[in-house]
Amino acid sequence: MSDATFSESHADDIPLEATPAIDHVKRALYIILGFAIAAIFIMPIVWSVANSFKLPAETLSDPVRLIPRNVSLDNYRNLDTVGDGLWSFVRNSLFLAVGTVVVTLLIAVPAGYGFSKFRFPGQNVIFVVILATMMIPFQSILTPLFLILVKLRLANSLTGLVLIYVTFQLPFSIFMMRNAFDAVPKALIESARIDGASQWALMRRITLPLALPGVATVAMFAFLNSWNEFLAALIFLSQEEKFSLPVMLVNVTTGIRGMIDWGALQAGITITMVPCILLFLTLQRYYVRGLVAGAVK
Amino acid sequence: MSETAEAGPSPEEPPVVTREPHQWLGAALITPSLLFIGLLFLLPMGMTVWMSFHNWPLLGEPRFIGLENFSELMGDRRFWSSIRFTALYTVLVTSAIFLVAFPLALLVDRPLRIAGFFRTIYFMPVVIGFGAAATLWTWLLNPDNGVFAELLLRSGLVDAAPRPTESFWPALIVVILMVVWKQAGFTMVILLTGLQSVPDDVTEAAKIDGAGPLARFVRVTLPLMRNSIILALVLNVTWSMLAFDQFFIITQGGPRNSTVTAVFSIYLQSFSSYRLGYGSAMSLVLLVILVAISAMQMAIVNFRKAPE
Repeated sequence: MSDATFSESHADDIPLEATPAIDHVKRALYIILGFAIAAIFIMPIVWSVANSFKLPAETLSDPVRLIPRNVSLDNYRNLDTVGDGLWSFVRNSLFLAVGTVVVTLLIAVPAGYGFSKFRFPGQNVIFVVILATMMIPFQSILTPLFLILVKLRLANSLTGLVLIYVTFQLPFSIFMMRNAFDAVPKALIESARIDGASQWALMRRITLPLALPGVATVAMFAFLNSWNEFLAALIFLSQEEKFSLPVMLVNVTTGIRGMIDWGALQAGITITMVPCILLFLTLQRYYVRGLVAGAVK
Repeated sequence: MSETAEAGPSPEEPPVVTREPHQWLGAALITPSLLFIGLLFLLPMGMTVWMSFHNWPLLGEPRFIGLENFSELMGDRRFWSSIRFTALYTVLVTSAIFLVAFPLALLVDRPLRIAGFFRTIYFMPVVIGFGAAATLWTWLLNPDNGVFAELLLRSGLVDAAPRPTESFWPALIVVILMVVWKQAGFTMVILLTGLQSVPDDVTEAAKIDGAGPLARFVRVTLPLMRNSIILALVLNVTWSMLAFDQFFIITQGGPRNSTVTAVFSIYLQSFSSYRLGYGSAMSLVLLVILVAISAMQMAIVNFRKAPE
């Protein structure tokens, strides 16, 4: 959330009579307080990452130490003894996340365009129904979803789970994309049409490029939500070879053959967390845009 | 919410749209999304109602039993205690999140580079999932070789490592701590957009009228950021009422099933006992409670809005 993200900023209420010296002290106190709080928020993450690179024995004997005595990947290697191994979980999670992003975009972008640039009968009712589904939590329809997946022969399948993730991503994504296309100036479209641009060229050359920030927001939320989702993955995936990273983590915490491998757990947590954090750091203005869109609604 | 106001085509819509030659194309563009929402949302929604009137085992024929599931549910002590526990958790965690997030929002509401940096750090735990966050805290909290136990022992504050998940209140408190750590940044950002939507000249005018900083905040800033406060409240309450991951992972519902939440008990009935009809009836009751809470929150907002 760089300063550019929050365009309006309030001026500090510094009394007029405040001397520069007092300003400096105030500023120093502000920075110290800010960093102290930052430490609280970041330390659990740092501890987990640090311990993932220790020798398994050191993870157990000295979890507090931040710099490993011996940097080692043994904790990561030990994950290979869990189920089908680390890469199988990473592959499954990637399939879920990338699949959800791609299918969500393929459906939400045209839908947002349709709602924004066309008028057809029943449009408003349909749009309100789609938005209303946002208020109904997916937790309350898990049981029938399970039966539907069984009927579609998609129970215990990553593809089935992708379809469910897409469905619950759609209302927000369509809302986001409609707003993104609404923001494209009408005059631009009009003049392109006068120049003889076809419907397809109009969308591909003019509206879609201008709506790209909306696409980035939708893609980012779809990725994070499906990468991190736990309850549906726990219910709908029943074979270890299909498990996603969060399900694997919980299996490690409940212990394999009665033993909890805390070092391997840190390796798993690090692999699960780091992509989300990196994605957020690079695309944070799109993340905030999504939050603010929700706030305005 | 005002989406209906936005959704309606305004009468002054420029002619481009009305001259659009291919109306059917618009309908075609939204059809795939309707298929998804119809098949994987509206259909299961209806099925939940239908299934709740049945004895519906995983294998074997479902049998229509009318309202029997609901009458059994009325007397189901476990279910109601899970609802009561979820309500308690919701009140406590939402208050805790606001108590932390509001000061944070005020702290990072500065036009300074470093404030932007702090915002990013405070927000970071939000993007890691509940699964990773809860397993991470399970490790931090574990008495044998967790970081917290180690720190407490080294500091000499305790003689033996605490075992928070072995009794009710400590278990609830550590889950709340974890959720505050993970979610405070989200509420902070929502409140921050509210703070920044208050025009400077309004607070300036109040200042000139002689209002002190506290009076300015309570009388001017708070009412003007009401929408963000309500949004943060509604989202936090809804998410907490649906809590599952954090209790499934950190406390595993224990000690003695005292931290089983509503969704947790639906999960146990539907996917551990495979009583799908009964689980659907529970889902419906939870849904009704959720809708009632949202309606109540909306009613309060509208009631406050009316005198203006």
